[in-house]
Amino acid sequence: MHNRKMSIGLSGSTKSIVGLGGATMNNKDESRGKQKGLMSRLFPNKPAKPGEAFGAPGQGSSRMIGTMTVVTLLVLWFVITATGMVKPLFLPSPKAVWDKFILVSTVGFAGSTLLQHTMTSLARVFGAFSLACIFAIPIGIMMGVSRVARGLFDPPIEFYRPLPPLAYLPLVIIWFGIGEFSKVYLIFLAIFAPLAIAARSGVRSVSIEQIHAAYSMGASRMQVITHVILKAAIPEIFTGMRIGIGVGWTTLVAGEMVASTRGLGFMVLSASEFLASDVAIMGIIVIGFFAFVFDLLMRYLERVFVPWKGKV
Amino acid sequence: MENLSVKDVSVIYPGKTAGERTHALDNINLDINCGDFVVALGASGCGKTTLLNLLAGFISPSKGEILLGNRKVQGPGSDRGVVFQKHALLPWLNVMENAEFGLKLQGVPKQERRAIAAKNLALVGLQDFHERMIYQLSGGMQQRVGIARALTCGPAMLLMDEPMAALDALTRETIQELLLDIWKKTETMFFFITHSVDEALFLANRLIVMSPRPGRITHTYDLAFNKRFLECRDARAVKSSPDFIKMRETVLNIIYGDERAASRAEVAHA
Repeated sequence: MHNRKMSIGLSGSTKSIVGLGGATMNNKDESRGKQKGLMSRLFPNKPAKPGEAFGAPGQGSSRMIGTMTVVTLLVLWFVITATGMVKPLFLPSPKAVWDKFILVSTVGFAGSTLLQHTMTSLARVFGAFSLACIFAIPIGIMMGVSRVARGLFDPPIEFYRPLPPLAYLPLVIIWFGIGEFSKVYLIFLAIFAPLAIAARSGVRSVSIEQIHAAYSMGASRMQVITHVILKAAIPEIFTGMRIGIGVGWTTLVAGEMVASTRGLGFMVLSASEFLASDVAIMGIIVIGFFAFVFDLLMRYLERVFVPWKGKV
Repeated sequence: MENLSVKDVSVIYPGKTAGERTHALDNINLDINCGDFVVALGASGCGKTTLLNLLAGFISPSKGEILLGNRKVQGPGSDRGVVFQKHALLPWLNVMENAEFGLKLQGVPKQERRAIAAKNLALVGLQDFHERMIYQLSGGMQQRVGIARALTCGPAMLLMDEPMAALDALTRETIQELLLDIWKKTETMFFFITHSVDEALFLANRLIVMSPRPGRITHTYDLAFNKRFLECRDARAVKSSPDFIKMRETVLNIIYGDERAASRAEVAHA
């Protein structure tokens, strides 16, 4: 009797515990959703997707962590300069740099406004980049499809490619003077080599079956080059253009070292001569901004024009 | 319609020394008639791909000649369509543009070539996929586009280099049946390479068994399993019939005989 009662009582209470347990679980889930803390967003404890537990390391988006890195660096910059740990000469405060940005934008620095400096530099980099595209891409493709062209162009390109532009800058100036041409030409040379090499290796990315298929559909040699090889090379040419424009920005300062009166590189260099580190930092940020924006643009164009990249 | 004949063809790949020279094909004679489905079967290294490359014109024979009709084969041409092991389609073009590519190269007006390509795409069951990009298709569908593309120029001969090697077993069987249907509808000569004995017996009306070192044709069989399938439409019944199984054993014995001889030779060499 007693036992039976007990068991009834137990089973009744078990039921209520189940009910309660269910309710608490729900509450927990809701509260977890609401209180989703910063740490749990940065390092979410997601259950592994099937088959992903032993997947390639480093999967998942790093955007959140990347944003946090930038924010942390900016905060550190604020804190270090605000507490006076570092003298403004070595590291000016963000506010000082911002004030300089406004000042140079309106009044100017070294005789030109920021807009004029920027436009001059953009014209040099993009002028050189356009010239490099016009010359390097066809030459790279010719190197890919003709052993004569490869024999002609490969040795000089491979020789000068690893040289730092600063090393041959004096020669460029001696040969071509201190005018605009020398500056553009220096940047052009820096972009030319990686772009030509990319175009050449793009030609290699076509498969022999694709070429054979075209021939067995009656293609001429010229049609194989224009309809198959050139198209197959586009993804690598895009990669080369992205690398090339990056190299172009890094060469900008070298190109504006000698006999310049305008340009972002010139602005940074002359600012450092006057120990105006706020202007130098501001110039660096502006260069970085344009390089970054153009890289985003190139990536966008790549997605639009080469949708098959990495999928075949 | 035209016939293809291979006359006393040998292919020797040059090497630095006499020992390094490879006798890829030795004195091959083969006649393929209009409406033939010829399958070349053999262990790897027996020269079947070399033979296909010769017929396609991608390589030329060291000795002998190949005639298509009364013309000598001297290079690739639109009278011989090729389907490759890996599809070899052009990923920047969609399905329709791939299928019409050959006619576009030949300058056929757009409307006309689209009509022909659409007909061939319907033949391989892709009438609803004209606008798809190649990388959006499954492996089996990609190979279907490859077949449609090879048919577009209206070739006298269709050459297939293990086109099903990269496909899964189920897709393979569907495409085998598809190929027989296309073979029946067109008057094209088929030359097909495989190392699957079942596939070879099922597809061929003439089976050539090749043997390596040097590559040569050792056995030729006239088969009718493909016609039997086209009548009864039951592939499993055909493939499990006693005479199919008996034929498979015969062919397997030939191939394994070659393999054993080869491994003995390798051991002796070592």
